[in-house]
Amino acid sequence: MPQIGSFTLLFALALSIYSFVAGIIAIVRKDERLGETARKAGIAVFVATTAAALALVVAAFRDDFSLAYILHHSNRDLPIQYKFAALWSGQEGSLLFWSWLLSTYGMVLRLRHKVDPWLVAHASVIVMAVQIFFLLLINTVAHPFALVTGTIPPDGNGLNPLLQYPEMVIHPPMLYLGYVGTTVPFAFGLAALITKYPGEKWIHITRRWTMVGWLFLTCGIFLGQHWAYAVLGWGGYWGWDPVENASLLPWLTGTAFLHSVMMQEKRGMMKMWNMWLIFTTFLLSIFGTFLTRSGVVSSVHAFAQSGIGPWFVTFLIIIFATCCFFFVMNRSHLQTEHRLESLVSRESSFLFNNVLLLVSCFAVLWGTLFPVLSEWVQGHKITVGPPFFNKVNVPIALLLLLLTAVGPLLAWRKTSLDSLKKNFLVPTIIAICAAIGLIVGGMRPWEDISYFYSLMAISLSVLVTATILSEFWRGGRVIARHNNSNVFAGMVQLTRRNTRRYGGYIVHLGVVFVMIGYAGVAFNQTAEQELGTNGEMRIGPYTLVNRSYTQEDNRNYSTDIAMIDVYKGGKKLDTMYPEQRFFKASEQRATMVANRSGVREDLYLVFAGTNPDTGRPIIKAHLNPLVAWIWFGAHIMLIGTLVALVPNMQLARVPLTAKESARAATEVQRAGSTVGAGD
Amino acid sequence: MTVRKPTRILQIAALVLAATLLISAGPSDDTRVNALGHQMMCMCGCSQILAECNHVGCSYSTKMLGQIRQAVLRGDSDAAIKKMMVEEYGTVVLAAPTTKGFDIVAWVIPPLITLVAIGAVVFVVRAWKNRKPPSPPSPPAPPEELDSYRELARKETEL
Repeated sequence: MPQIGSFTLLFALALSIYSFVAGIIAIVRKDERLGETARKAGIAVFVATTAAALALVVAAFRDDFSLAYILHHSNRDLPIQYKFAALWSGQEGSLLFWSWLLSTYGMVLRLRHKVDPWLVAHASVIVMAVQIFFLLLINTVAHPFALVTGTIPPDGNGLNPLLQYPEMVIHPPMLYLGYVGTTVPFAFGLAALITKYPGEKWIHITRRWTMVGWLFLTCGIFLGQHWAYAVLGWGGYWGWDPVENASLLPWLTGTAFLHSVMMQEKRGMMKMWNMWLIFTTFLLSIFGTFLTRSGVVSSVHAFAQSGIGPWFVTFLIIIFATCCFFFVMNRSHLQTEHRLESLVSRESSFLFNNVLLLVSCFAVLWGTLFPVLSEWVQGHKITVGPPFFNKVNVPIALLLLLLTAVGPLLAWRKTSLDSLKKNFLVPTIIAICAAIGLIVGGMRPWEDISYFYSLMAISLSVLVTATILSEFWRGGRVIARHNNSNVFAGMVQLTRRNTRRYGGYIVHLGVVFVMIGYAGVAFNQTAEQELGTNGEMRIGPYTLVNRSYTQEDNRNYSTDIAMIDVYKGGKKLDTMYPEQRFFKASEQRATMVANRSGVREDLYLVFAGTNPDTGRPIIKAHLNPLVAWIWFGAHIMLIGTLVALVPNMQLARVPLTAKESARAATEVQRAGSTVGAGD
Repeated sequence: MTVRKPTRILQIAALVLAATLLISAGPSDDTRVNALGHQMMCMCGCSQILAECNHVGCSYSTKMLGQIRQAVLRGDSDAAIKKMMVEEYGTVVLAAPTTKGFDIVAWVIPPLITLVAIGAVVFVVRAWKNRKPPSPPSPPAPPEELDSYRELARKETEL
């Protein structure tokens, strides 16, 4: 297996170098036959990297501890799904996984070359350059098939217990699909710049690829949050750890691009801006990969420090220099076709949206790297943790939420004040009433800044919801009248006619639910107590009674389990089983959280430890309001993105009579100036 | 001047909200230990906030929280408690940069960048608006040109 893996990796590198060189020569000489061999060599790279990845997985399944990688990340008693996950749990394996995913994306790109052969030929070469970098890494300094020297131990060190959860089988692949997915839009963008591509077709192609990458990145980020919440046992889901931040950075710039690209498509504006957004998104993906592996910043998530940092720095410099070179050479091709005409317009709202997203990205990057800067300037380390990131980013997030409400109801080019009043009056009244209702219901924003932020988040979420629903309602009503159907059928057809716009609104609704979920954190409660048999503790409206505690044992781990009955108002609601496991191979402890999730709040129990004197369990209870809204919102974002990816329904054009034309024009006018204002 | 009813409702609602928000009260002393615990890092190496550390077998968090609790009961100020913890555990114990010395740069830069960026957008939009000269009236477009305008309108509205 090691020999097969090593050979296929070397073969993949050779093929990728051939594909790159032949691809460039074919473009320069306009040699189609040579270009075709380059394309097929690129597809063969996928076959070779697949073989290498399979070799590593088979080695894990066979417990081949002659491989150093398998020795350090697996053991005989590890369940099979986690042996599979060992592929990406270590540095070398994860880089191989990166390469394999990139070759998969590259293969799809090359199979679909007929969409625009000239552009795809350039994009393929660029993708192959990135492929070469990663294959060079794993063939030299991060070889996954390196052999153990000396005596081969009978068993491995096992997988980190924190990774032995079902979600950790999906979270890294989703995140990597997102990171790697930014390569293709980058390649298309750079290819369009190099070729001075006429028209905007390249942006249509790039936007879809970006949406796919963004979708996976979103899934990966929320899966990571859910894993942190369900597994780590601290009751939270985001710690602003550098590795977490590394995934957020390209997500923020990718989100900015998905918005501003509409300006380029509709109005031929923001071309230079969009080009640099694509470049920055890819650069940040590579930078994030570098951060997690170089040891530049410390993180609980990071891979062990290694010598690959300088490789990534060099690669980043080459990418940046290449982007700058072609931008300077060909920037005249990116001249804007129109100008912004008003501060109160759809274009301006997109511009402000982009600015805020990029400012947030900068703030996260700044906070992540400030400890390095501080040590360089002051000579001692400092921590930049959640208090900094929350203070800086929450106001920006609230401004973004406001723009989410305002932007879709503004018209392209210019919106009149009358139109603003007409569209925003009712939603604003509803939002203010919601705020007053929350204060009357017991929220005290003056007691703590976090309560104020929660109030603002929920009120603005109500505003966004009201504006989105009004968009669906007005458009659905117009179509329903035309078709003599009901409003909901009208809304469905409305969505099918413009999936990107209304899919985007569904994504915004998902964001609203997520923000409401985040707003609940200000009201979290915790309690910790030693509980003997029949011992009781209280948290919020719940009474927890420890009925018993016991121990169990299997080949992989031993575990302490508590059986906790949950009462509310004297009535038994549930029995929960928090655990603490000791994993034998790695000799590490980890908690298994017991979580009772509801629409209003989560009751979250952790087996925090055992009193060494009495042997009784120590139970830590959390009451976390609104957490379930986060996961629900994430699903809505996913659905909205999938809707946006579906092609628009094509309408058959039937000529209207003069009477029907006049009636349609009147109804459109009545529905308001922003209905049908495009996305 | 008559004011329309919905606008009046909006004005009243805004006044009520502003009035309730103006009432202020200081933070409760009962939350000081928790609040301070959320401003510091656990030094066991878990990279978690002190008050949230769930590192099984952690030998630091209980001790550190106990030190904070004793200091609060003694009547020490938040600043004095933080100084005490920094002297014992180093500057990395604080979960965020301070507002003294070079640390203040961490806090100043993000809002400064935000203001500059928003200001730049406003400036650019206004500059573009003012730059465009009024164009002379053009002759009526031929019918086939009107078709291209209709297509543009259809593309921009896409209902």
